[in-house]
Amino acid sequence: MTIDLFLTCLNDALFPRTGLAMVSLLERLGHTVRFNEAQTCCGQMHFNTGYQPEALTLVRKFVHDFRDAEVIVAPSGSCVAFVRDLYPKAAEWAGDEQLLDEVRRLGERTFELSEFLVNVLGVEDVGAAYPHRVTYHPTCHAARLLRVGDAPLRLLRRVRGLQLVELPAAEQCCGFGGTFSVKNPETSTAMLADKVQHVMDTGAEVCTAGDNSCLMHIGGGLSRLQSGTGVVHLAEILASTGAAS
Amino acid sequence: MRRNLRHATTTIREKRERAVAEVPDWERLRDRGAAIKDATLSDLAEQLLTLEASVTRAGGTVHWARDAEEARTIVADLVQGHGSDEVIKVKSIATDEIELNAALEQRGIHVTETDLAELIVQLAGDTPSHILVPAIHKNRAEIRALFQRTLGAELDTDEPARLAEVARLYLREKFLTTRVAVSGANFAVAESGTVCVVESEGNGRMCVTLPEVLITVMGIEKVLPRWADIAPFLQLLPRSSTAERMNPYTSFWSGVTPGDGPQAFHLVLLDAGRTDVLADPVGRQTLRCIRCSACLNVCPVYERTGGHAYGSVYPGPIGAILTPQLLHLENDNANTLPWASSLCGACYDACPVKINIPEVLISLRGQVTAAKPLDVEGVAMKTAAWLFAEPHRFEGAIRLARLGQGPLVKHGAIHALPGLLGGWTGTRDLPALPPKSFRELWRDRVNGEQA
Repeated sequence: MTIDLFLTCLNDALFPRTGLAMVSLLERLGHTVRFNEAQTCCGQMHFNTGYQPEALTLVRKFVHDFRDAEVIVAPSGSCVAFVRDLYPKAAEWAGDEQLLDEVRRLGERTFELSEFLVNVLGVEDVGAAYPHRVTYHPTCHAARLLRVGDAPLRLLRRVRGLQLVELPAAEQCCGFGGTFSVKNPETSTAMLADKVQHVMDTGAEVCTAGDNSCLMHIGGGLSRLQSGTGVVHLAEILASTGAAS
Repeated sequence: MRRNLRHATTTIREKRERAVAEVPDWERLRDRGAAIKDATLSDLAEQLLTLEASVTRAGGTVHWARDAEEARTIVADLVQGHGSDEVIKVKSIATDEIELNAALEQRGIHVTETDLAELIVQLAGDTPSHILVPAIHKNRAEIRALFQRTLGAELDTDEPARLAEVARLYLREKFLTTRVAVSGANFAVAESGTVCVVESEGNGRMCVTLPEVLITVMGIEKVLPRWADIAPFLQLLPRSSTAERMNPYTSFWSGVTPGDGPQAFHLVLLDAGRTDVLADPVGRQTLRCIRCSACLNVCPVYERTGGHAYGSVYPGPIGAILTPQLLHLENDNANTLPWASSLCGACYDACPVKINIPEVLISLRGQVTAAKPLDVEGVAMKTAAWLFAEPHRFEGAIRLARLGQGPLVKHGAIHALPGLLGGWTGTRDLPALPPKSFRELWRDRVNGEQA
């Protein structure tokens, strides 16, 4: 299958390793990976913060950039949820019937990495090895908007050498929420403090998730506390074949 | 405060999950509740006229209040018209919304709240911090001290049973001597004119049966067309709110019955912004709300800030969408509420009538932003959109930021940022931009170089 990478602006700029991991993982599974360099950002930050005309411009750009894609896969539950769940709303609110039709069809072939592997490709063992104690944080948009369910856990359970430890109160938001963390830093920090505590309570070496935005937040808290626990995107664990990352 | 809240919300959250899991067709029940509400809202004017006719036929009187001011005047006039300077009240958020107590006190009418938590809030000169558990921010020791101070009670313990006993004694006298009661309503049935109050303590039952006059203040969205429509809500409401299979007291009354219960019944139908909410295609789902408070109890923001932080009678996620719509977006407190959320979506999952709270939050954010003058954030957002519009601009911005971050980076991370973003780095590190972006690495790869 030819897979179009939707890398997301954050991964492109800050977490290119996650993108490389996606490429090597999907190629190892026998697929062709394309990256359309015209892509930039899906517009979620603008839409969710209240800048809907600006977001709409980016929605239209995204539709244009990915028009020819067979399937679109992204290392972000949040950005995929935006495309699948909120693009139709954006189009509806703008009263653009043609765009609504286009984004609905686009949403049907846009996937978050773990759901793509498990639900579309039907793969659980991706041939990875990662000899570490790992805990998994289900990010809000992947869990609640995409309902990826236990797809990430199924993948992690099949990784050689990986010891999966359950995260207490896993489904609680880490407090990132995009611009929420900047606009409401105190509340966001209070939420993060609990999340970081729970991660440390597991004794995991690594906290993983399907979203680098949430991991950036959790990792930022762990780093400030010099906890020694790191954050690694799920794609990097799944791409790993043994050596410590 | 945070500890009190966390304890209370965590307990009720776990109980609610168990109570909901017991119902095999919970999801269908939610759909049914949402569908009944939507159908009623689409036909609201007709339903309200039917309700008025039914209540009148049953011997009650219906009053229409366009706004809070009208509602306050109607109630105060009614109380004084019946020759009373005292009322007992059963918990009603609608009366909090119209600030009825203060208005009545101003007219020389003394008000006693009869719901235990409302009484605590009233005695403390406080405001409610939760829709269903108004004194959730107070613990037992604080309540004991309050009762000692305000009721002169001698309390050698803060056992809940003893605290309740003190309040009960105080309230019993009020129930038996006060001639006028003011209540809210959970539902009203248009076809029969029946009003319904659902509660846990029995104080509501006392209020709607013992006094001579009963005045009910009800938001217009509470009407349901038929008697049979109440059934799903009597399953959805208690499980979602107090995590009970059935609430202890459900009172129904239709008009007046000679020789039994109040001999005069007034129903005040309150608009106060609700028809405006109805007119917003995205926001109108807010009017499905049955005030169960499930959204508050699962909300991580509410858990950390408490209800008072919302500066609104309706706190938590539902307040963040209802208050700005009722008070209109130009209200300077209300129009900041839609941002009091990380959009985690826990509220939408918990809502028994499937109000898509995150969707309404986002829609309101857009409406507020569109109406306000351009500020620093707006300029930043518009600039970002301009950068994202062309890949070469985006790539240029990454390169520029990489050059600019130099002095901020220590051990591969950024520990302090200037300006608006300083709120982030106050408590959190930020990773530094790596030497190459993905698109640069991809290009290297395509060019056959080592990535």
